Amino acid sequence: MTEQGQQNSKIVKRLLLLVVGMFGFGFAMVPLYDVLCEITGINGKTSNVAAVYSEDEKEKTEREITVQFVASIKRGMPWEFKPSVAKMNVVPGVVYKTSFYAHNLSNDNITGQAIPSVAPGLAALYFNKTECFCFNQQYLKGQEDVDMPLVFFIDKDIPDDVKTLTLSYSMFNITEQVKAPSSAAP
Amino acid sequence: MSAAIDSHDHDDHEHHGAPKGIKRWIYSTNHKDIGTMYLIFSFLMFLIGGLFALIVRAELFSPGLQFVQPELFNQFTTMHGLIMVFGAVMPATVGLANWMIPLMIGAPDMALPRMNNMSFWILPFAFTLLLSSFFLPGGAPNFGWTFYAPLSTTYGPPSTDFFILGVHLLGISSIMGAINVIVTVMNLRAPGMTYMKMPLFVWTWFITAFLLVMVMPILAGVVTMMLTDRHFGTAFFTAAGGGDPVLFQHVFWFFGHPEVYIMILPAFGIASTIIPTFSRKKLFGYSSMVYATASIALLSFVVWAHHMFTTGMPVFAELFFMYATVIISVPTGVKVFNWIATMWKGSITYETPMLYALAFVVLFTIGGFSGLMLAMAPVDMQYHDTYFVVAHFHYVLFPGAIFGSIAAVYYWMPKWCGRMYNEKLAAVQFWLSMIFVNLTFFPMHFSGLAGMPRRIPDYSLQFADFNMLSSIGAFGLGLTQLLFIYVLYDCYKRGKPVDAQVWDGAEGLEWTVPSPAPHHTFTVPPVIK
Repeated sequence: MTEQGQQNSKIVKRLLLLVVGMFGFGFAMVPLYDVLCEITGINGKTSNVAAVYSEDEKEKTEREITVQFVASIKRGMPWEFKPSVAKMNVVPGVVYKTSFYAHNLSNDNITGQAIPSVAPGLAALYFNKTECFCFNQQYLKGQEDVDMPLVFFIDKDIPDDVKTLTLSYSMFNITEQVKAPSSAAP
Repeated sequence: MSAAIDSHDHDDHEHHGAPKGIKRWIYSTNHKDIGTMYLIFSFLMFLIGGLFALIVRAELFSPGLQFVQPELFNQFTTMHGLIMVFGAVMPATVGLANWMIPLMIGAPDMALPRMNNMSFWILPFAFTLLLSSFFLPGGAPNFGWTFYAPLSTTYGPPSTDFFILGVHLLGISSIMGAINVIVTVMNLRAPGMTYMKMPLFVWTWFITAFLLVMVMPILAGVVTMMLTDRHFGTAFFTAAGGGDPVLFQHVFWFFGHPEVYIMILPAFGIASTIIPTFSRKKLFGYSSMVYATASIALLSFVVWAHHMFTTGMPVFAELFFMYATVIISVPTGVKVFNWIATMWKGSITYETPMLYALAFVVLFTIGGFSGLMLAMAPVDMQYHDTYFVVAHFHYVLFPGAIFGSIAAVYYWMPKWCGRMYNEKLAAVQFWLSMIFVNLTFFPMHFSGLAGMPRRIPDYSLQFADFNMLSSIGAFGLGLTQLLFIYVLYDCYKRGKPVDAQVWDGAEGLEWTVPSPAPHHTFTVPPVIK
């Protein structure tokens, strides 16, 4: 190889390394995004782990926050899914209990997964669930219905400008995904 | 290091001209032939993409549904965008780079000629794949050129997989083309051609090539994630599986924003070449132009989320992306200032390349200003996804990138084929383009501000007049490009022969070789003083 060719291939190798690196970086953006969102709570995702309520949360505040509940079903899922109350006035630092109602309108057995989201996004960090149906999958037989509990408290450190908070659940039909691995097993 | 040219290698070449017949093109490793093929291919794609745009404009001529159903309309808007971005604008500038960079830096050819051949010949396959999706069950991709998840994952038609493979192919082609440009510029400059003596077109392409190498892999990554989401049970973008559709937008725009500079930077270089020639002055502020281009490229990596203000971002993120975007207008302003300062007290003549370059400066600046309006997070809530956005990016793409490329074709065509185009006809072609481009896209500002959403085949009655004007303009603009074909054909067949120095104010190595440029040039590197 000529001297010129050697120099060329040196640069080409470095550039190919850059290409591979950037391809990898594209995928690295996925966990980076998740970590960033978890730390800052900017995309309204609430924690998937049950929060532990401690007594020192119980510090009397005068504030009241309106919590609105929203439920939606993804297209083509034959369920009814709604909150039992549309909204509640809550005091930060106090534990509340409410529930969501789900009803399988079809005759098939369907597994659903509820994905929570909080708006405004930054409030997600202060919204703690000690018990939530979204921690598990929901399996409903044909025509079965169920009241699903949600126990939560709002951190008393929640910023003052948050007066209203919306908790939204989207119910996804994951029957196919659940079935796939179990059907593989005997 | 540039002096290290292996001399006997090139002596062999000097004795033969271009090979004959079809094999000349299929096996070509000659930068001029490959450049020509790129330019012809991109023009073909420009016509196909333009045809799709005209179908869209015909449908939007009046309210209600006339010609195409919404499903087909969506396919045409999507394919128009994809074809124009990846098939017309990008290959056109790659073609210009192939032709001109070796001539401008005194190199005998591109550094990696075999790879050059391959990166071109991938393109016809990529676009055959993409266009064939119209004939598949379920039709062509219909989710917009930005292919947001879940439209392209959960709800995408089966042909989405053709689209994914097509994007992979053209991504590989772009990356190879970019690597070639970088290696050529770094290794094959003539002795004495330091970096800060390179013509600005070479500089802007050098920086563009780095952008390509860095973001095309991101695009490849995002379509790969789509593919696995669609078929292999991953959930990158599916909320039900723990993913996030908003993540798609982040990854896509991390590619997408540098991509818009990939399309416009070569045009900046073209304007910086043409304006000094016809002002008969040196380019004002050469080094500031280089630094401005580099800072635009760097900043383009930190502004991506200004496309996403309405996704519910927190205020501090909106502020960050808003300020970062506004900062880009500083180096861009430097460029516009320098172009105007170059013309100041120059002996300006208005040949067609200059007309196009001037229109580029004026109209691109209009597009830049509407971009600044869109960058303001609070008002973007109003403008987002309206025709105002359509007006904005068409102003920076058509009279920006495409006028830049047309200017370059007029400017260098005499060098390529040794003949002068018909100046009168070309001027007519320019003025028609100028009038129709504004007639097409200017009313879109108003329909957008009034609230007309983009990508919808029907609209309410108050937008009817603006849309009619846009449609008339679009058909005029399309027909004018047929005149462009005629002007080029006429130049190639009947043009008056020109000498090496085509334009009296032009500087640069490309004007030291005869016109038409011989098949092999600079087999002995020129020495730059």
